[in-house]
Amino acid sequence: MATQHSRSAARLMMAPAVVLLMGWMLVPLTMTLWFSFRRYLPLRGGDLGWTGFDNYVRFVSSSSFWPSIQATLIIVGGVLAITVCFGVLLALLLDQPMWGQGIVRILVIAPFFVMPTVSALVWKNMFMDPVNGLFAHLFKFFGATPISWLSEASLASIIMIVSWQWLPFATLILLTAIQSLDSEQLEAAEMDGAPAIKRFWFIILPHMSRAITVVILIQTIFLLSIFAEIFVTTQGSFGTRTLTYLIFQRVLESQNVGLGSAGGVYAIILANIVALFLMRIVGKNLDA
Amino acid sequence: MGRITLDKVSKSFGAVEVIPPLDLTIEDGEFVVFVGPSGCGKSTLLRLIAGLEDVSGGQIRVDGQDATTVPPAKRGLAMVFQSYALYPHMSVRKNIAFPLRMAGLDAAEQERRVTEAAKVLNLSDYLDRRPGQLSGGQRQRVAIGRAIVREPAAFLFDEPLSNLDAALRVGMRLEISELHERLKTTMIYVTHDQVEAMTMADKIVVLHAGRIEQVGSPLELYRTPKNLFVAGFIGSPKMNFLTGPEADRHGAHTIGIRPEHIKVSNDESCIWRGTVGVSEHLGSDTFFHIHMEGQDTPLTVRAGGDVELYHGDAICMTPDEAHIHRFDANGLRTD
Amino acid sequence: MARAVTPQRKAINTTLAWAVGLLIFFPILWTILTSFKTEAQAINDPPLFLFFDWTLENYSVVQERSDYMRFLWNSVIIAVGSTILGVLIAVPAAWSMAFVPSRRTKDILLWMLSTKMLPAVGVLYPIYLLFIKLGLLDSRVGLVVVLMLINLPIIVWMLYTYFKEIPGEILEAARMDGAGLREEILYVLTPMAVPGIASTMLLNVILAWNEAFWTLNLTAAKAAPLTAFIASYSSPEGLFYAKLSAASTMAIAPILILGWFSQKQLVRGLTFGAVK
Repeated sequence: MATQHSRSAARLMMAPAVVLLMGWMLVPLTMTLWFSFRRYLPLRGGDLGWTGFDNYVRFVSSSSFWPSIQATLIIVGGVLAITVCFGVLLALLLDQPMWGQGIVRILVIAPFFVMPTVSALVWKNMFMDPVNGLFAHLFKFFGATPISWLSEASLASIIMIVSWQWLPFATLILLTAIQSLDSEQLEAAEMDGAPAIKRFWFIILPHMSRAITVVILIQTIFLLSIFAEIFVTTQGSFGTRTLTYLIFQRVLESQNVGLGSAGGVYAIILANIVALFLMRIVGKNLDA
Repeated sequence: MGRITLDKVSKSFGAVEVIPPLDLTIEDGEFVVFVGPSGCGKSTLLRLIAGLEDVSGGQIRVDGQDATTVPPAKRGLAMVFQSYALYPHMSVRKNIAFPLRMAGLDAAEQERRVTEAAKVLNLSDYLDRRPGQLSGGQRQRVAIGRAIVREPAAFLFDEPLSNLDAALRVGMRLEISELHERLKTTMIYVTHDQVEAMTMADKIVVLHAGRIEQVGSPLELYRTPKNLFVAGFIGSPKMNFLTGPEADRHGAHTIGIRPEHIKVSNDESCIWRGTVGVSEHLGSDTFFHIHMEGQDTPLTVRAGGDVELYHGDAICMTPDEAHIHRFDANGLRTD
Repeated sequence: MARAVTPQRKAINTTLAWAVGLLIFFPILWTILTSFKTEAQAINDPPLFLFFDWTLENYSVVQERSDYMRFLWNSVIIAVGSTILGVLIAVPAAWSMAFVPSRRTKDILLWMLSTKMLPAVGVLYPIYLLFIKLGLLDSRVGLVVVLMLINLPIIVWMLYTYFKEIPGEILEAARMDGAGLREEILYVLTPMAVPGIASTMLLNVILAWNEAFWTLNLTAAKAAPLTAFIASYSSPEGLFYAKLSAASTMAIAPILILGWFSQKQLVRGLTFGAVK
């Protein structure tokens, strides 16, 4: 439906968005790459010249690197496991006929809209505080000794906070997927004598597999860069220093920009690997 | 005024040439129908005239003025789309007034013209409704109203009736014809339905694979189709084609005879014999599909409504020699 | 499924779903309840659920601290400003992609999405440096621009999917009716896409409101929105639960309400249409 005239108009109208995003991507990326090859300490002499791959080597060989990878993987993996499993169960539950379905949906989705700093603070103080937190009261009620969640079970605590924030997202998407399942398929399976558990395993779950993949990929991208939850709660101590937080500390706290930038490049590569898979799925959908 | 001239107009999408260079003149006040099977390029041709697509070569002139690169808004043509393309967020009144608003007419003039158009099209009671609240026929009328208020040089219709049910289609067909009688404005009408073409057109342009097969009045096309394609496309039911000894007897590669030009009888004094296959009794007419020895496809024959022959009956046919069309090996008419 | 379910089954479902729903919602509920307690009651042992002296004192204390209003105002400006700016840039782009698609359209869309996946921390210092150089550090303008940029791919994408649903013939009709490009977008496309544009804006206000990496790292005092204000509560101990709760409630209430209206768009926007 296009004439030469409308095509050139289209190019012109697309230009601002394309140019802005191109700038947004290329300028900082080039700078990060540049810094990553330089010894750059803004507070201790500034730019001290080329160092080749020194920053890359030092970032990886630093004693905090592997722990940070480990913390990142545990948090991402833990949150994914919790949100996907409970998300599937919750989606199945919410798909059942019940009274007040709309209200339940609203209750379940709510945590997603709470800003990360608020949820981290509320959990930290009002639930996980070893003296006044609700968990402490609960433990005491059952005669147990309250634990100091964020120092003694720091990773588990963070996983819990983040899972609470992301469970609604997973549930909502999986619920949408279940609801798009043709009920005739299930009825046909029922006519064929498949019991509920088999119907779930052979029809519902395969139908949801794509939605589950999308949930995993999108959450991974967001979870790799969680920041506020750690910033507000443990500030990276007690083994909760993720890759993102480590880079943040290198760059802004210890002002070692070269080293931090090398870390940034690693993070970008990591995120791109995940994004590649996500883009494949989205791209396929674009053709359909 | 609305004389439209296409001069060696062609269109390609990438490497695919959908319309090879083509010449056509549409006279002022003419009702021209582009007809052809789907994918023949008729809609593309209309969109080229409208300016919604660029031509790949050639020139389009409106009243002698080169309009090839003029944007659609400036060509002075109005179009009625297959889906009606009404603005769903505007009332009927605003829909009809939209081209006037774009032309910068003052409110009073807009109102006057909209009222007038609504009266002509029986839409006066619906002016404040939204398109979503109208029936298919009413929407079609709004689309036409939106086209006529502009007083365009020509109207372009892109299969405007294909979304209506059969009964409504016949009514709208008449209304569009009446509109043309009254306005005497050039109309170009695209359809795949040869009945619409036959009933409405002053001039029919038969298109096939982007090429013009024949241009002529409905009866010209019916009486003297230039080739096998036109012969088979115009007329309902389709013309019968025979090859082999029967064609040889008439000195042609293929002969064609329309179902209405074959007489059937039970007696023995006839030229062709066959057995009745399916027979369709419409009351007024009966169509017999007759299997003939040596012919792969059954012959269609039209008979009166009172002829009672059934499946398996032997039948005897006499073609009207004066209405036999002869075609050569290339499918072209020989006389 | 329009099938009859036994009332017992439905009752079990309902009980179970409500229990789970309330459990998930409980932290928010608890925060709201606590915001109406006095500080002493907030840390009472055992915890008080409903039977305490309801008070609005915390809200007025938080309100009186004039800077709270400034944080709130910053949040509003940043969230709404970045969304409006984003939509203004995205509408023409989405029009182009939806109605004048070319072979590269798909690649451009995917590329735009991929910029959304760029980890912020990887470009933190360059942006920080650019902000200092341009004098944008701790300014609302700077944050509006950054949040617009990080959400632009989502805005373009959502508008694109909404525009795709509008038949091209209607825009062609406008062109035949004498509308130029500007009139076509202003009088025909935009009014028809109002629901889509509205929900796109809704989701983006929410995302921008809650964004907590750039808002924390690029602001100090002047331009800091609520995310940073709340984060400043992370150190003190003791008698501050009720005020923290009041401030939190005020920070999340408007977005919670907006969010409940935009559940569907959430799926569409954040999965880029990969789940329908």
